[in-house]
Amino acid sequence: MSEIAIQNIIKPENLVYQKSRLMTEKPLSYCPGCGHGTAHRLIMEVIDELGKENDTIGVAPVGCSVLAYEFMDIDMQEAAHGRAPALATAIKRLWPDKVVFTYQGDGDLAAIGTAETIHACNRGEKIVIVFVNNGIYGMTGGQMAPTTLEGMKTSTSPYGRDVALMGNPLKITELVAQLPGTYYVTRQSVHNPGAVRKAKKAIKKAFQNQIDNAPGLSFIEIVSNCNSGWKMTPVDANNWMVDNMFPYYPIGDIKVDGELIK
Amino acid sequence: MGELRLMKGNEALAEAMIRAGADGYFGYPITPQSEVIEYLTAAKPHESTGMVVLQAESEVASINMLYGGGATGKKVCTSSSSPGISLMQEGLSYIAGAEIPVVVVNVVRGGPGLGDIQPSQSDYFQSTKGGGHGDYRLIVLAPSSVQEMSDFVPIAFDLAFKYRNPVMIQSDGAIGQMMEKVELFEPIPRLTDKQVKDLYPWATNGKPKGGQRRIMTSLDLDPARLERHNHHLQEKYHTIDENEVRFEEFNCEDADYVIVAYGSSARISQKALQLLRAKGIKVGLLRPITLWPYPTKKIQELVKQGVKGFLSVEMSAGQMVEDVKLAVNGKVKVEFFGRVGGIIPSPEEVVDALEHKLIGE
Ligand SMILES: Cc1ncc(C[n+]2csc(CCOP(=O)(O)OP(=O)(O)O)c2C)c(N)n1
Ligand code: SF4
Repeated sequence: MSEIAIQNIIKPENLVYQKSRLMTEKPLSYCPGCGHGTAHRLIMEVIDELGKENDTIGVAPVGCSVLAYEFMDIDMQEAAHGRAPALATAIKRLWPDKVVFTYQGDGDLAAIGTAETIHACNRGEKIVIVFVNNGIYGMTGGQMAPTTLEGMKTSTSPYGRDVALMGNPLKITELVAQLPGTYYVTRQSVHNPGAVRKAKKAIKKAFQNQIDNAPGLSFIEIVSNCNSGWKMTPVDANNWMVDNMFPYYPIGDIKVDGELIK
Repeated sequence: MGELRLMKGNEALAEAMIRAGADGYFGYPITPQSEVIEYLTAAKPHESTGMVVLQAESEVASINMLYGGGATGKKVCTSSSSPGISLMQEGLSYIAGAEIPVVVVNVVRGGPGLGDIQPSQSDYFQSTKGGGHGDYRLIVLAPSSVQEMSDFVPIAFDLAFKYRNPVMIQSDGAIGQMMEKVELFEPIPRLTDKQVKDLYPWATNGKPKGGQRRIMTSLDLDPARLERHNHHLQEKYHTIDENEVRFEEFNCEDADYVIVAYGSSARISQKALQLLRAKGIKVGLLRPITLWPYPTKKIQELVKQGVKGFLSVEMSAGQMVEDVKLAVNGKVKVEFFGRVGGIIPSPEEVVDALEHKLIGE
């Protein structure tokens, strides 16, 4: 196509996709194909669409997304490993009119930070938790996570996770759904356009709950890939995720408006 | 004159937190300071001043609540005792690195480990030399009366915000538990959200309309930038060291010997001083009020003035004595007397130590 033909196509009426306004210009530091970037973008789009750019405080974890604040163009804080829900609790209680969320990996949320997770959920803190479950410790080089599947090889389960020795993969999302303090609990993914659309809807619902002062915490798990840690190509990683992660971590709502889905 | 009350040190501290205009207290019960959170929950300050009081699931959570709350520009505080303060060290390091104003109270008990619940001063190293990882400093205030448990709270908040630095009030089980008359200061109103936003443009409480986002972090993966940040912190600590040393002295003008003691040990040493003076021995007492920054220069002045020896009296196995020795730098004798395990020394023991360790031989 000639240069002129391209110029004729780049017109507002032909625009179907653009960089989300609340993502910064900084190139993402994530591995190509990683789900973190998509999850970031969805949160920023939702905050933009809800008009909360100037009223949101995000809390980043320690993990691959420790630099989330570099990419999200809103006020942000970096937590200590696992403690994001504690920071968010205080922020929300001190600024009840603001929108507060945490963004956490599985090691952060379901291992070192289990106590903070359970208790923020149990107190029904009026915050949103976005939990990216990739079944591995991405940042530190692919060690076993609490969510690592049985038999899955990681650098600290080199012969595969032996549940008799290492325990079972933790379904923390089902666990927090049992607590009266959670209002909305859902599991989503971002591996194809359909899933991305559904995940965005779920994220929007969670933030809307908070804006509406719904009585409890909204918790969104995003089952994601870690192609580097899993040692797969991005495409293989997504296929492996569908075949292996989804059966154990089924996608869909677990609790809506305070009621468990039967 | 302010309102007079007979109170426990821990209660005076809690009342002072409300009166100082604190926005939030986040804590976890531990003896000998559980009265702080008990007093605060009973006082229901959310109904009077709007202050948030929350019992956290652990000290790890409470310090991280301070990290989050303090970063938004609100006045936040916690209290605990030794084992709980140990759990907070990672958080304190983050808070110091990210330069967040918070106030933490340690009502010290006997250690190590679970130790006991009796008063001690064995957390001096932890609070003044680091405790957590990395090159950072806490400003440490040491009250020696119930009155000071109250008075030091607004001072601690002022210092925390002046320098954007964590401040520790380091008390002990005796001062926390004992009852004394206290004159309460007039309540300081809490700042409004607008005042917080105007006063602290660094705080992360929602990106200003048309402005830049704020980030609160202790992370910088670029070593050159992190080195610059460390230099900035060190310059700040230097300024604090130059300007914020506080101490009290008794009878030092003509003293041949000086006892150095803080907190409860200073109270005991005051009595010892009277007993020694009655015997005709010219003794003075230097009471550091800030444990960091330390009154090093004052000690050096006393050496110049002709003091022949110093006795550091502590409820520890000898921690602060190292700072006395650093200040004296070998010029005159420095001795130590202490009791450990939660035992408070008697004035007579201090008299004996001064006579035999410092003057004798
Ligand atoms: C107290 C503490 N312990 C350990 C670490 C090292 N560490 C950093 S990130 C991480 C795990 C991250 O895994 P996850 O939360 O699953 O996030 P991901 O990187 O996979 O997105 C660990 C163990 C740390 N920074 N702090
Ligand atoms: S290591 Fe894994 S989680 Fe981290 S950026 Fe790469 S793919 Fe994503």
